Amino acid sequence: MSEYRIQGATGEWEVVIGLEVHAQVTSQAKLFSGAATAFGAEPNTQVSLVDAAMPGMLPVPNRECIRQAVRTGMAINANVNKWSRFDRKNYFYADLPQGYQISQLYHPLVGEGEIEINLDEKNPDAETKRIGVERIHVEQDAGKLMHDQHPTRSYVDLNRSGVALMEIVSKPDMRSPAEAGAYLSKLRTILRYVGSCDGNMDQGSMRADVNVSVRKPGHEFGTRTETKNVNSVRFVMAVVEYEASRQVDVLEAGGKIVQETRLYDPDKNETRSMRSKEDAHDYRYFPDPDLLPLELDDAFLEECRQSLPELPDVKRHRYEEQLGLSAYNAATLTADADTARWFEALLAEAARIQKKSEGEVAKASANWLLSELYGALNRLGKSLEDSPVGPEEGAELLALVADGTISGTIAKQVFEIMLETGDRAPKIVDEKGLKQTSDTGAIEAAVAKVLADNGDKVEQYKSGKEALFGFFVGQTMKAMQGKANPQVVNDLVRKALA
Amino acid sequence: MSIDLQTVKKIASLSRISVTDAEAEAMVPELNNILGWVEQLGEVDVTGVEPMTAVIPNHQRLREDAVTDGNVRDRVLANAPQAEHGFFAVPKVIE
Repeated sequence: MSEYRIQGATGEWEVVIGLEVHAQVTSQAKLFSGAATAFGAEPNTQVSLVDAAMPGMLPVPNRECIRQAVRTGMAINANVNKWSRFDRKNYFYADLPQGYQISQLYHPLVGEGEIEINLDEKNPDAETKRIGVERIHVEQDAGKLMHDQHPTRSYVDLNRSGVALMEIVSKPDMRSPAEAGAYLSKLRTILRYVGSCDGNMDQGSMRADVNVSVRKPGHEFGTRTETKNVNSVRFVMAVVEYEASRQVDVLEAGGKIVQETRLYDPDKNETRSMRSKEDAHDYRYFPDPDLLPLELDDAFLEECRQSLPELPDVKRHRYEEQLGLSAYNAATLTADADTARWFEALLAEAARIQKKSEGEVAKASANWLLSELYGALNRLGKSLEDSPVGPEEGAELLALVADGTISGTIAKQVFEIMLETGDRAPKIVDEKGLKQTSDTGAIEAAVAKVLADNGDKVEQYKSGKEALFGFFVGQTMKAMQGKANPQVVNDLVRKALA
Repeated sequence: MSIDLQTVKKIASLSRISVTDAEAEAMVPELNNILGWVEQLGEVDVTGVEPMTAVIPNHQRLREDAVTDGNVRDRVLANAPQAEHGFFAVPKVIE
C-alpha cells in the first residue's frame, strides 16, 4: 500500500493505528437477562431486576449472544476458545447500576484472527493488506444518560444496560487514515453478512475507540492516545488525521504525548482531552463469582460453523470467476450483504424465467442492477430495501430484453413506467404496444428511406467513412420508434449499403 | 501484602464511599488483619492443582434468546431516591 507519511519540521513521521470496535450483538434478549433489546422503547421498560442490579439477582448468559460472537470469530478465521470466563470491570458511574461491567479480560471467547482490507475495493489490482485482530470478547453495554432534560439532574434510562456487545480489538497494524477506514468498513460488511450485528452506526450499534500514535519510520511505537466512541467511518479517518498531526506538533515542539482518553468533536473536527476521568482508570478486574467458566462443546461450534453464510471475499471471487462479472461489479455487489442478497434473488429469478444458467444471465443482471436500478433509486432517494421494483419484477424486464421482445432502449422506458405505476413489465409492453418488430419488410422500408434522405452521407460512407454506419442504424431505429430489433436493423443496413 | 492509609483512601474513593481520616485510620489494621488471615492459605502447596471455579462440579447453563422479562418499570424505579418521567433522576454528572 502507498505509504502515508506526515511531513514534520524534523522529517517524516509514520502513524500507527489500532481500533477497538464495540458492536451490538443482534439478539432478542440481553446478554444476562430476559429483557428485550429493541431500539427506541419507552425509558426503563426493557429492564429486568438483573439489569437494574437489584441485590440477589443472578446473571445467566444468553446462548444466542455467545453463538453470534463465536460465528463472528469464525468469519475472521480466529481461534475460538472453548473455555472462556467472565470478569468484573469495576467503576462507578450513574449509567452502570452494578458498579461493574461484566466483561472478559483474562480469557476472551475469541482469540487471534485477521481481516483482509483493500484500499480501493473497485480496483482489482489494488494491493490488499491483512490487519490482525487481537481478540473478540463479549460484555455488557451500560445505560444511557440524558443531561438536557432537567437543570440540576441527569436522567438515567437503563434500557441499554446489559445489552450484549462484542468488543473487537485490532492489532496496531494500520498505518494511514484510509487503512483505518477500510478496516472499519470491511468489519461492518462482515458483521452484516454474518448477521451478528446490524452495523447501524447512526443508532450506535457500532462504535470505535481509535488508538493513535506516531513514530519516526523504523523506530519503536510512540505513546498512544485513545479517542472514544467514534461513530462513523469518515470520523474515524478524521480522528486519525487530526491526532497524528497534533501529536507530531507536540513532539516537534519538544513536548511529550500523554497516554490519555480523548473525545472527538465532529463540529470542530478536533479531539479534546477527557482528563477528568483519568484517575478513575483502576478497574480492579477479577473473575465474576456469579458466573462459571463458559465451556463450549464441539456440537455447538460445529453448528456455528455450518450456519455461516458465504462471506464477502469468497462471494466476490465467485462472482468474478463463476459468473464472469468484472472485478468492479463483483466488488460493488458484494460490499453489502443486502445488495448481494438482492442480486442473487434477481439472478435466480432471471435464470428461472429464461431457462438459462445463472452464469448466462449474470452480466445483464449485474449491469441492470448497478446502472438502471441504482440510478433510479438515487434519483428517488431510496435504497434497495424500499425499492419500488423488486427482484422478480426486475427479472421479468430482463427476460423481455433477453428474448428479443423489447430492445434495451425500450427497456429503459418500460422501467420508468414500472417505477411510476408499479405495473409489471409484460403488462406495460402489451398495453403500450412496445414489442419490438423483427418484421423485415417494415425495417427494410425504413432503411431505404434513411439512405434516400441522406444521400451525401451514403457517399461519404462508401468512400471510406465507415463510422457513419452507426448513424444509419440510429436513424433507422428512430424511424422505427425504437421498436425494431437492433440485430435485424444492423443486418439490413449492412445489406442495403453493400 | 499490607495496606497503608493511602490505599484505604484510594479504595474508598474508587468505591465512592466517603470516609473520614479517623475512619480510614481505623480501617488500616482491620483490613490488614483480614488480609493476613486470608494469606494463611498461601502456605498450602497447590502445585498442579487446577483453580476451583465452583463448590460442586457444574457447567455454566445458557439461556435461550427469548424475551421473558422487563416491563416492570415501577418495580425497577421503586427504590430510587428520585425518579421522574420514567427515568432515574441523579445529580447532574455531565463532563
